[in-house]
Amino acid sequence: MRGRSSFTVVMVAALAAVLAFLVLPIVAIFADTGPGDLVDSLGSDVARDALWLSLKTSSMAIVVIVAVGTPAAYLLATREFRGKALVTTAIELPLVLPPAVAGIGLLAAFGPNGVFGSALEGAGIELVLQTAGVVVALTFVAAPFYIRQAQSAFAAVDPNLLDAARTLGASEARAFARVAIPAAGGGMLAGLALAWGRALGEFGATLMFAGSFQEITQTAPLAIFATFATDFPAALALSAVLVAVSAALLLAVKLLGRSSLLGGEVHG
Amino acid sequence: MLRRVRRHPRLVLLSLLLVVVVAGGCGGGELERVGSPDGEVIVSAASSLQPAFTAYADAAGIDAKQSFAGSDTLGAQIRQGVTPDVYAAANTSLPDALYEEEFVERPVVFATNTLVLAVPADADIDSIGDLTSDDIALAIGQEGVPVGDYAREVLGGLPPDQSDAILANVGSEEPDVAGIIGKLSQGAVDAGFVYVTDVVATDGALEAIDLPSDLEPDVAYAAAVVNGAENPAGADRFVQGLLEGEGADALEAAGFGPPPRG
Repeated sequence: MRGRSSFTVVMVAALAAVLAFLVLPIVAIFADTGPGDLVDSLGSDVARDALWLSLKTSSMAIVVIVAVGTPAAYLLATREFRGKALVTTAIELPLVLPPAVAGIGLLAAFGPNGVFGSALEGAGIELVLQTAGVVVALTFVAAPFYIRQAQSAFAAVDPNLLDAARTLGASEARAFARVAIPAAGGGMLAGLALAWGRALGEFGATLMFAGSFQEITQTAPLAIFATFATDFPAALALSAVLVAVSAALLLAVKLLGRSSLLGGEVHG
Repeated sequence: MLRRVRRHPRLVLLSLLLVVVVAGGCGGGELERVGSPDGEVIVSAASSLQPAFTAYADAAGIDAKQSFAGSDTLGAQIRQGVTPDVYAAANTSLPDALYEEEFVERPVVFATNTLVLAVPADADIDSIGDLTSDDIALAIGQEGVPVGDYAREVLGGLPPDQSDAILANVGSEEPDVAGIIGKLSQGAVDAGFVYVTDVVATDGALEAIDLPSDLEPDVAYAAAVVNGAENPAGADRFVQGLLEGEGADALEAAGFGPPPRG
């Protein structure tokens, strides 16, 4: 009994340490930024362009990730095939890659001197130094966050539900759309929030692959880095806005997830 | 308890490995922190100094922990309380400002450099005038980083229509010269303003085009011992070596000019 209570103390202390460490830098951003600074920083062209570009490119990346990632995750969750472990590992690899490695890899693949560089050029597709390049970089780093979560959400769906749908005459595509997606919705939304957050925060791969230019490729994190040296208060204020946007996103998706999860249970 | 350990031997092994690595890392740092000319010197230096400073530390046998980035980024870190032993910038105004604000000791000008237009070795660009053409993409340093400020100074000396046309071709504003060189060597841009020493360091992959002499900015490098440095003796030795000895030799070999006399 005594051993158990002292372990509780250890756990509580550890949680307190984790919380303090993770929250302190975020609190410090707001402690140093008055509401007036926030408004001022949003008044600058650089900040507004960067935030708008960040929202635009991350939304585009999320649309691509969800559209392509959802069926791919469903396949991984519901079928067995040779080499599946290898495929899953390959998809998860960008999760643990340093952003600089992602940037180098994207250049080596899609850069002007890259493997597919001349093919892209022949097709008239320009990525480097273009907004499209930002979307490619964000998609690359953020996709695994969504696919991983969606895969485990689909795997947790009761196979009997899908069988029942098919027995009742639903095609596989219909069972996927009408049964699997509603049942896995909560997990998919959680993955979407993580992927979106990662995309909003992307820095290294974007800088290396797409470059940094106002309105075209300079996303909010790049603008923060660019203003850090010359105008620290402005960089802080822009950081505060990014924290607020990311937190709002996480919160919204959590709330949405809770209601859709309940919905799923009612259906089940 | 024992049974649990046996059930997770890999977890235990991984934890042990982590402890060993962390303990090893901490131990090493503690031992070397001594204020002596031969002790570890922490250097924050402009990206363009990387080849020269690395060669200098090797030649002089200095245990230097060097971090290279844009001079303005490194200066901002010092303002935020980071204290390397030495700060070396690609201009004199950043160290001078830090000296005025009492973050560093009096800066010393130790080298000069030349701003050039860098292009891939097989490029068709021969002069700054070719940069106005529509199909050219250009990388320059962002505002605040010396290499970016020098480039804007050059463009400011051109007729307005020419400089506007060139600025419209800027595809990326990079945080330091390493970024510009990276974009150039990957073929992402056709040209960029960097220092002649950066081009020398690419071993022929890039080519330097001289700027008209009336447009050439004066590029001088200044270094200073940082106030609150852990190893001021080592910092002094490092800065002195830039003026004469192995540091000056390494700078010359990398293509830097000597500091202006007087």
